[in-house]
This record gives sequence, C-alpha cells and structure tokens, in this order.
Amino acid sequence: MATTNVVTSDQYNYDIVRKFTIMTLVWGAVGMLVGVYIASELAFPILNFDIPYITFGRLRPVHTGAVIFGFGGSALFATSYYIVQRTCQARLFGGAGLANFTFWGWQSIIVLAALGDVLGYSQGWEYAEMEWPIDLLIAVVWVAYAVIFIGTVMKRKEPHIYVANWFYMAFILATAILHIFHNLVIPVSLTKSYPLMAGVQDAMTQWWYGHNAVGFFLTAAFLGMMYYFVPKQAGRPVYSYRLSIVHFWALIFLYMWAGTHHLHWTAVPDWTSTLAATFSIMLLLPSWGGMINGIMTLSGAWDKLRTDPIMRFLIVSLSFYGMSTFEGPMMSLKDVNALSHYTDWTVGHVHSGALGWVAMISFGALYHMIPRLWNTQIHSQKLINVHFWLATIGILLYIVAMWISGIMQGLMWRAFDDFGNLQYSFVETVAAMHPFYAMRALGGAFFLTGMVIMVYNMAVTIRKGSTVAGSPATAAA
Amino acid sequence: MKHDKIERNVGLMLVLTMIAISIGGLVEIVPLFFLKDTVETVKTADGKDMVRPYTPLEQHGRDIYIREGCYLCHSQMIRPFRDEALRYGHYSLAAESKYDHPFQWGSKRTGPDLARVGGKYSNDWQVQHLVAPRSMVPESVMPNYPWLLSTKLDISDTQDRMKVLRMVGVPYSASEAEYEQNVKTFGEDVAKTLRIEDAEKTISAQAQVGNFDNNPDELTEMDALVAYLQVLGTMVDFKQFDDDYFARFR
Repeated sequence: MATTNVVTSDQYNYDIVRKFTIMTLVWGAVGMLVGVYIASELAFPILNFDIPYITFGRLRPVHTGAVIFGFGGSALFATSYYIVQRTCQARLFGGAGLANFTFWGWQSIIVLAALGDVLGYSQGWEYAEMEWPIDLLIAVVWVAYAVIFIGTVMKRKEPHIYVANWFYMAFILATAILHIFHNLVIPVSLTKSYPLMAGVQDAMTQWWYGHNAVGFFLTAAFLGMMYYFVPKQAGRPVYSYRLSIVHFWALIFLYMWAGTHHLHWTAVPDWTSTLAATFSIMLLLPSWGGMINGIMTLSGAWDKLRTDPIMRFLIVSLSFYGMSTFEGPMMSLKDVNALSHYTDWTVGHVHSGALGWVAMISFGALYHMIPRLWNTQIHSQKLINVHFWLATIGILLYIVAMWISGIMQGLMWRAFDDFGNLQYSFVETVAAMHPFYAMRALGGAFFLTGMVIMVYNMAVTIRKGSTVAGSPATAAA
Repeated sequence: MKHDKIERNVGLMLVLTMIAISIGGLVEIVPLFFLKDTVETVKTADGKDMVRPYTPLEQHGRDIYIREGCYLCHSQMIRPFRDEALRYGHYSLAAESKYDHPFQWGSKRTGPDLARVGGKYSNDWQVQHLVAPRSMVPESVMPNYPWLLSTKLDISDTQDRMKVLRMVGVPYSASEAEYEQNVKTFGEDVAKTLRIEDAEKTISAQAQVGNFDNNPDELTEMDALVAYLQVLGTMVDFKQFDDDYFARFR
C-alpha cells in the first residue's frame, strides 16, 4: 500500500474526500459532546438551567442529528467518494462543482437542522425532526449524491462493480425512498407543517423510516465501508465472495419488513407486528453473514490485532455489530419486547450499534484514509491506541448501565405486591435510574474523550501532511 | 455464474435492489389504509363519534408539546398488560390517535405514559408541575418549563393551521355544509369548536371556561398545553363497551 502516494491529484477527486473527512471529525466531537450533555441532564436535571434552547427535549434531536447525519453522514460521503473512485478507477462523475455542492449542501443541512431543533421547529418525529424546507434541501443534495455515485460506477474501468459499492448504492436508493415517503407534509409556514398521515398509518411509516434509517444509513452503508477498509487494512481479500452476495440481498430485502417491531403491543394491527418479529429473527442471518465475512477476512493475519490499532478498531466494530444484531432480533420477540420497550435497554441497544459498530468502523476507516489523503504518516500510533481503549471502555460503561437500568425499570413497572397492587410508583423507578444515568454519562464522557484525542491526533497529522502527492511524505503502515 | 451479470450491469443491479427494498414496506403499510379493522369504530349509543378532533386550543397545546420534544420522554400508547392497565388505564385504541398528525406514541418512558393523563390531576397541579416539576415530585428529572406561563399564545396563524389539518383529513369545518356534517358526526357542541372561522372565539371561550393556567386575563402557552394534557385519553367512554368489543379489532 506504499503505492498510494504515486496517485496524482487529478486521477481522483480527493479534495472532496478531505473536506468530508474533516467534517466527520468535527461533527463527531460536537454530536458526542451534546450527547454527554443531555445524558448529564437526565442524571442532573438542574443542567437544563430553565433555558428553552438547551432542554433535553430540544437538544436530543441536535444530538441524534449531529451524530447520525453529521458524523455518520459525513463519514459515509467521505468513504463512499474515496472507495467508489478507487474501486472503479475513475474520477468522480459530475466534476468538482457537483461534489462540492453535496458538501456545502450537506453541511448546511446539519447546521440548519440543529438550529431548528433548539428553536423548537420540529415535525415531531424521532430522527426526522427537521422541518420541510430542510427536508427539501436533503432531497436535492441526495439526488446530486446519487448522480455522482452512480455516474462514477457507470464510468468504471473495472468490469465488475465492487461489493462495497453494492451496499452504498442500496443505501443511497433506500435513503431516498425512506426520506421522501416519510416526510410527506403540508406546510403551514416555513417553520411549521402537518403530515399527511395520522395515528396508526403515521406510526407505521415513521418506524418503517426509523428502522431502515438504521438498516440502510447506519448498517448497509457502513458494511460498504467495512468491505473496503477491512480487506485493505488486513492486506487480504474478502473472506467469502459467495457469502457477500447472499448476505447483501438477504439483508436489504429483510430489513424493510422489520420496522414494526418498534410498535409491538401498540394499536397497530397484530399481524404487522408478528410479521416484523419474524423478519427480525431472520435478519440475524444476513447480519451475522456480514460480520463473519468481515472478521474472517483477517484469518491468517490475526497477529495484526496485536500490532495494528486500526485493525483493532475495525474488528472490534464488527464484534459489536454481531452483538447488537443478535440483541436486536432478541428484543424484537414480543415477550422480550414487553419488558424492554419504553426502557433504557432500547437506548443501550442503539448505542452498542451506534458507538460500537458505526463509530468504531468509521474511526478505523478514517485512521486508514487520513495518512493517504494527506500523503503523510499518522502523528501518533500510541494515541490511536489510547483512543481505542477509551472508546471501548466508554461503550461498555454505557451499555452495561443501560442494560441494568432498562431491565430493572421494566421489572419494576410490572412488579406486584402480595395484594395484587403495583409495587412501585412510577417515580420510584425514576429514582432508581439515577446511578445508572450518571454511569451512562461517564461512559459517554470516555467515548467523547477518545474522540477529542482523535481530533487532536488527526489535526497534527493533517498539518504536517500535504495535499500534493509526491511531496516529502512517506507511505503509512 | 449468474450473479456475475448483475455485477457488471449498474442498471440491472439498481432495479433489483429497488425491488428488494420495496416489498416489505408495501406489504406492511399499504393495507393499513384499506383494511377496515385497522381503526376501531367508537360510537356512542346515539351514533356519535366519541373521538373528536382537538379544539383549536388543544391543537395549539399539542403543537407546543411537539415543539418542546415531550415525546422524547413520554409515550402516549398504553399496552394491553395488567400493570399498565392499573397504572395508566385501558390500553390505547388506534381510534384515539386518528386525528394525530403526527402520532405521538413515543418510544421511551423516561417519564410516565400520558395517553390517559387527562383529568388525572388538577389544572393547578399541571401548571405547578410544568413550571417546577421537582416541587411536586422531588425525584423527577423533567426540565422546568417556566416560559410556558409567561409566553402569550400566538394565535395569529390558528386558522392557517386548522386549514392545513383540514387538508390532511381532520374535519375542521370551512363551510356550513361541513359544519352540518360535523353536527351529525360529533353533535352540536363539538361541531361548534371545529369551525375554522370561529377559531379565535373558540379559543378564548375554552380558555375562559377552563381557566387552565389560573390566570383568566391572559391567554398563555400554558393554557394551551394544559388544555391538551387534560383531554388526553378522555374521549372514549369505555363503560359503554363490552370488554371484548375492542379485542375484535386487534
């Protein structure tokens, strides 16, 4: 891989990849900081300070928007533009102008969404709080993104489309469909609208969107990332080509059925709920197919786990992916869901996926890309290692706290005394959560500290690097 | 090998991907618009709909509920379990959120479910609890919302809001014919509150009578939010139905 620095700057558009890479770091730090803050608000409500703009209810969408669309989204733009050019051996379709439009468009979406959230302009849907003007902007940027990506695949010099690009294309298509059909609203003004659907139908559509935002934005796309960076970093081919075909098609087909497991025991018809649970169980197979394909790619090179902290990020992320895609189907069983739903267990599950899988694989990918994009070596391998351990300990603190508080709260809600009365008032269960909310905030703080260390380490790396290939740079490990 | 063909053809791959990702949503969502049993029929003995659209004041309260992100910590969906029946009341019906654009079932109970909070506490309790939750419930982790009491309710676009809600299917009446239809469906008292042209009058009348924020001189956001909270879950009178009536719809 020492050959990267002979790539001339006009063969590929790396400028756009660099821009998105930097914003991935920025949004990661910002989004996680907000996350730690709102986690602290739940442990210590005085932190709401009676200021409307920073109450939990308004900052929570800032957190989800900044980490999912800011951090995750920028990471996906950066890696997909990097991967599609290298695997197709073609410069990005549409020229620098269109690519830059997706960059400035996407960044303004994240900023506008955050502003709208703190000001209280909300559509009232989780993960889709942005009001309609922002939604329109998202749609336009997304079309440009699709044109660039698919256009680049079309002008590839390789006869085959590389597996990572299958996942990215499925993610681009699915996200477009989900975004458009979920956000059908009629505006009252620039900052207020009402959706076409109500009640049951709206709930079904929201969780079709919400679950598949996880399934495609936070899973399929990151599998695309995995399929490039794990083999690259390991210096070995993907473990099984056949497995990648089977699990790709199974994954994208099955995911779309599973959303209703967010609505078990609610007023949606029972058949939708049963169908979703069934497909959620089946979803375990393609999910683990991806995990196995990634982890086994390292077979014969396991020693890299000892020596290469970037490899450690990638493999641990796959382990978390495997763990949370086991936990998910389990929680989609109606009897388990009866206990877990509405509790912190769900929050823990989301974060074992979001921190463990999405963030960790992104860190690995960024650590791999940055020295290549700036033609230099990473400033400090040691700090990558520190980041790795802070992140891992942070996640463990987080999800263990949420398991305990979630299961405990679920059990307390349904506990009866000897006379058949409810044993606990609701607020007794809230009080019982306190130590675990503090522990969760601490876990988040660990994870955030790791992120900040990464920002520092990469800032120094980027500073000593150069965007001009062939300059005094040397190849990275 | 056959997959080779797909891997060499972008168009084919995109089409097949599109098919694969479309089926699940189509099968699970589209029927809900057509299957009659999806939303229960909930009528009084004399054939009036029990579930009615929100009054303009309640709808404003609902908009504030959404603005403050209440749904991120409070659900509005009671599940059919014994403990939830004891804690919150009868399980929620689909019909009870049929005018909810958007739905607010929520996904997390950091605080308790609110689907049937209406009438559970006095207005005074609600106001004090919203201004300073820990003064009523020391262990609470809810933020204080003092500005609700000091912010006047903006009713400059009430009619616009109702018109848009009417477009998406909420039967607010824009004409005499629609009003008459509402009289038939909901009865005269309710129908009067659904007239778009009378929105401002309806709001001040309800705020005067309800006196939600204990300050009859001013129309505040607190009036609206408490009016909304106090109507939640109160529309259906479950005593008028057999126990197994609603089970048939599930």
